Amino acid sequence: MDTYAYDAIVLGGGPAGLTAAIYLARARLATLVVDTGSTGGQMNLTHEVANYPGVAATTGAGLGQVMRAQAESFGARVISQAEVTRLELDGPEKFVEVEDEGTFTAPVVILAPGGAPRTLGLESEARFKGRGISYCATCDGDFFTGQDIAVIGGGNSALEEAVSLTKYASSVTILHEFDHFQAHPWAVREARANPKIRFVLEQTITGFEGDERLTAVTSVHKRTGEEVRIPVTGAFVFIGYVPRTAGLPPSIRLTGRQEIVTDELMRTEVAGVYAVGDARAKRYRQITTAVSDGTIAALHAAEYLGELRRRGE
Amino acid sequence: MLITKLEHIESTKKYQELVESGRKLAVVCGRMGPMCIPVYDVMDSLKAKYPDVTFLDMEFDAPVAAETIRRLPETRSFSGLPFTVYYRDGKVVAATSSIQTKQQVKEILDAKLKA
Repeated sequence: MDTYAYDAIVLGGGPAGLTAAIYLARARLATLVVDTGSTGGQMNLTHEVANYPGVAATTGAGLGQVMRAQAESFGARVISQAEVTRLELDGPEKFVEVEDEGTFTAPVVILAPGGAPRTLGLESEARFKGRGISYCATCDGDFFTGQDIAVIGGGNSALEEAVSLTKYASSVTILHEFDHFQAHPWAVREARANPKIRFVLEQTITGFEGDERLTAVTSVHKRTGEEVRIPVTGAFVFIGYVPRTAGLPPSIRLTGRQEIVTDELMRTEVAGVYAVGDARAKRYRQITTAVSDGTIAALHAAEYLGELRRRGE
Repeated sequence: MLITKLEHIESTKKYQELVESGRKLAVVCGRMGPMCIPVYDVMDSLKAKYPDVTFLDMEFDAPVAAETIRRLPETRSFSGLPFTVYYRDGKVVAATSSIQTKQQVKEILDAKLKA
């Protein structure tokens, strides 16, 4: 397998990774972006982005395409749908091996693996994915026109999408594990005011029933143990995200929630390795905060590379 | 309109010709939505690795989809975009609903469409 040398390798092509690539490439540093999925990351899951400063309204996928084009216009190479088969970060020279592409080396690696939608992890959830269970209201809402459906979750996504799904469904039952919501108060108010929405709280989801298609969600009340069976043909799952940090070397320190620990300059505890975006331990996760992370990491990485060169390393 | 790097199936006549040719086909039927775009990308990335498979797409809301893939018995229970249908020797050999990873697609290609 051929080996190619870069100044910096960015692992992940969401807004954090692509922003880092834009800044690095514009600083005339040889930059490679390796993305194991489609560039854009979780932005691709956002139908409409209305709060990105300077852009009146766009789609998440559209914003990702523009960011990628910007990075490439400055000279960055982007490999998407990549299969990383080897990752070595501990030495002064880092190695990233990508199936069918080659081995890539660089003194700097910026980790931007992002997050993935959290699933319930039930066997029956996988069985009914695409046959009643969905993770995207804008994609699949119209399949459930005139039907009774459930939304699982209690954050902003769950409540906003529940309201949105009432455009199609006859009724929407929100199943949530707590007796209160993590969503903003205005989102809760809007959902509570919608006559098509009802709430079943303090529930642990136990399974999904059906034959070829989903026919019911089952759950149990967390305090009383009462079993609940709700007949629905659709269930939309919005229970947050998990960081995609599995497979990172043990030298990359993670929190108990499997998020990467960095300092304010986005440095990990391994020299030359930075971490940015949703997989980094931090409070707020927005496109804007991801862009900020990517900018800071790239600016500091450029300084770090300059220092290495001055020292002749 | 689909903006992808895949060849589009835009008419029922073309669909029938492709299926009746007996070629190995992977057809993604979807929209330009968050669950569909990654699957188009996955298919595009696999073209070189599976040169004997023809990777195609089809607009879910176009008449061709209503007349073909959306009427298949294999997709009758589907309610998640995209619908992805694999053909060999003129027959459906696999079909999936909703987003799929590259690994999941490769597993189907290896199991159902490998020589």
